Amino acid sequence: MIKEIAKVELPFDETLTIKKHRLQPETVSGKEKRISIVTGIHGDELEGQYVCYELSRRIHAERDMLTGIVDIYPAMNPLGVDSITRGIPMFDLDMNRIFPGNKEGSMAEYVAAEAVSDLAGSDLCIDIHASNIYLKELTQVRISEMTAKELVPIARRLNVDYIWVHQAATVLESTLAHSLNSIGTKTLVVEMGVGMRITKEIGNQLVDGILVVMKDLGIWNGEVITPRTPIESEDGNVHFLNAAASGMFLPATAHCKEVKNGELVGEIVDPLSGKVLQKVYSPCDGLVFTLREFPVVYEGSLVGRILAR
Amino acid sequence: MRREILFELSSPYRDDFRIRGYQFGKGEKAVCIVGATRGNEIQQVYIAGQLVKRLRALEQEGRVSDGKSVMVVPSLNPFSMNIGKRFWAQDNTDINRMFPGYNLGETTQRIAAGVFEKIKDYQIGIQFASFYISGDFIPHVRMMKTGLENVEMAKEFALPYVVVRDPRPFDTTTLNYNWQIWDTAAFSVYARDTEKMDMEAAELTIESVLTFLGKQKVITYEPTQTAESVVVEEDDLFNIKTPKAGLFRPLVTVGETVAVGQPMAEVIDPYEGEVIEVLKAGQEGTVFFIQDAPFILEKTLAFKMMK
Repeated sequence: MIKEIAKVELPFDETLTIKKHRLQPETVSGKEKRISIVTGIHGDELEGQYVCYELSRRIHAERDMLTGIVDIYPAMNPLGVDSITRGIPMFDLDMNRIFPGNKEGSMAEYVAAEAVSDLAGSDLCIDIHASNIYLKELTQVRISEMTAKELVPIARRLNVDYIWVHQAATVLESTLAHSLNSIGTKTLVVEMGVGMRITKEIGNQLVDGILVVMKDLGIWNGEVITPRTPIESEDGNVHFLNAAASGMFLPATAHCKEVKNGELVGEIVDPLSGKVLQKVYSPCDGLVFTLREFPVVYEGSLVGRILAR
Repeated sequence: MRREILFELSSPYRDDFRIRGYQFGKGEKAVCIVGATRGNEIQQVYIAGQLVKRLRALEQEGRVSDGKSVMVVPSLNPFSMNIGKRFWAQDNTDINRMFPGYNLGETTQRIAAGVFEKIKDYQIGIQFASFYISGDFIPHVRMMKTGLENVEMAKEFALPYVVVRDPRPFDTTTLNYNWQIWDTAAFSVYARDTEKMDMEAAELTIESVLTFLGKQKVITYEPTQTAESVVVEEDDLFNIKTPKAGLFRPLVTVGETVAVGQPMAEVIDPYEGEVIEVLKAGQEGTVFFIQDAPFILEKTLAFKMMK
């Protein structure tokens, strides 16, 4: 069933509605476990849209196997998704910096607060992001070191390629994941693919993993895969490659490829003069788990990340 | 006056990006004044530019104190101003959410780091700030409670109000917050408008800043502002939101005191022209902020009021 979790009237004959799709067994006892799949906080990240569709499709195909509740929230920021806007249109706000929100606050804060209220109490929440339009990411779960002990074992079951345990940062306390984790609703953040695109392979990979986790929780009784074993690392193993010149970045390697120390990762070139402004080399043997997708770079732009082996 | 380029960055397709500073006097780093940090902060850059003009004249008259220096940085983001964007022209990140910056990080982290290195050692930092919702504020000084805030000094701007508030997680990457952490007494000054120049509010703000600089003995200046600032906790302001969406027609102005039940704004059906909501004051108060967009969403902040 489709439920509305927040509604806001817009000035010109339109209502903004945040919706979720609840899938549950024919009969419920009230003791069922609940998983929530959230995406579309950033309007330019679409990979999660396919995950929502595909998860729903597979559950419908084997409805008898569903033994718990699955809540799917495809668009926390529907105006953003619809208008290819990363933040909330009209407010120029990053929605993932206003959680837990405020029911008495402005429209954006009100919507955030209603979302947190609705998600609170889920046995697990998965917040799916798709990098941005600039960078392509390996399918990964990012976990703050504060919650690593509890969340890493769950993330290992999600069929992702990589688990990145990162340092806690005060600014991230305004995210949905932090807000939910801090009230006891376990929440994993998935980063995958690239903004403004859908990549079916990685979407299917994640759906396979979500079904594994659902089975672990007692929400799904169907056949599931054996999840792949992800690489796990902390910040120290990750090398950032930032542009030292402004120009066009031309990759010399492929995303998710292993490179050697000193191997060429890409070049920054000047289309006007025809000169190479910078050759970007790998600082270590490792995996190119992030690679620049949008070619125009400024000095400082991230062109890749290497996970040292 | 000495002109200085505080930070420079080459662009693939545009002129070089430059942040300019204007230095007055010589000696200890007394005061740094930052105008716009976002591309739509027109009132803020205007006030900073006018301060450059006024300080230049004062310096020529020998009225900048010996052993003191003042820096004015009119804009941290001229690239976005030139193309009509609020945030960084390429990736839409907010320079005022990147402090203290990181000189090996992403572009806006480098911009923040580069400029912060040049302005972090001043004893006093003044920033002309704006709110994320477009609107008019009563001119005031705003500061975050970091434990390092100096409320008594804030009163020396002689603006009618000083607002103090608890920082939220995302505030920890703003210029104001980081100035405080680096031992600079930091003040955000709200000069009523953002996207257009309000001459009256700009002149008030300029005189307040010059009065403040005079009281700090950084310049010789006879105070023109004499208001006794009232200190207000942000939490003591109360919000009036719109129960309906539509065209927004305010009936009051900032600074006005309203009585219980007084109509403050009308919300009009844009298609049928009827007034569909009259926002009324639930209690007596002074209008501290009015949103100034021509139309408004449901559940959106229309007024901030002071009891």
